[in-house]
Amino acid sequence: MATETMNVTFDADGYLADHNEWNEDLARELAREEGIEELTDMHWKVINFMRKDYIENGAVPTIRRLKKAGGIPTKELYSLFPDGPAKKAARIAGLPKPKGCV
Amino acid sequence: MAENEKIKKVSIIISKGSLEGVYPGLIMANGARMEGIETMVFFTFFGLDAIVKKRMNKLKVATVGNPAMHIPTLIGALPGMSAFATSMMKKEMEKLDIPPVDEFIEMIHDAGAKLYACKATVEMFHLTKDDFTEEVDDIINVGTFYELSAGAQIIFT
Repeated sequence: MATETMNVTFDADGYLADHNEWNEDLARELAREEGIEELTDMHWKVINFMRKDYIENGAVPTIRRLKKAGGIPTKELYSLFPDGPAKKAARIAGLPKPKGCV
Repeated sequence: MAENEKIKKVSIIISKGSLEGVYPGLIMANGARMEGIETMVFFTFFGLDAIVKKRMNKLKVATVGNPAMHIPTLIGALPGMSAFATSMMKKEMEKLDIPPVDEFIEMIHDAGAKLYACKATVEMFHLTKDDFTEEVDDIINVGTFYELSAGAQIIFT
């Protein structure tokens, strides 16, 4: 994997161990690993909101919070990050694996 | 199903109409979509209340006949007990970002799950399509439920 050469550490779940090591190039690599070839403006809107919210509140935002506070419609979130939007987006944003059930 | 094979499709049946009867199925359905699992939810018997527009946000916790509530049945039967327990539980759920029923149904629908009402129950309760929230995809019979569940793990709640 390309991310192995980027000199960053991942946790046991494959999420970035320290979110401070994140950068946009890493996000593009992680997205490719998740099957997203190109990150669009909408992808970046999700990623940037997630990072800002995590840094401010210490928790990875839920899908509900992404909609209510981040203004990202749930349908769109699922089409941007197919097959597991909250986990995929968190991983690409360099955040830990979401812990909640919703 | 082979050992350790990822679950690809689930079919969740919600048959109870109390708050604690409806939420587990909704959380399982939403969680399945969050994992990329194809999901359908079949509402039957009193579970239909979760998709009937005028009832869906008025579901109550059953405080009688539920030993895990840890209150004596006679106390649980006092006026206002169910409303009190319901409001307490809703507050706790809100803290966990678990939405009210109408918003949860919309969220699960937007997540791509299919929602169905059980035809036999719809007829038994004299309901029509207009009684249901717009996210409901169709009213189907049991045969169709099994057809649509082909290849799915069926979960009864």
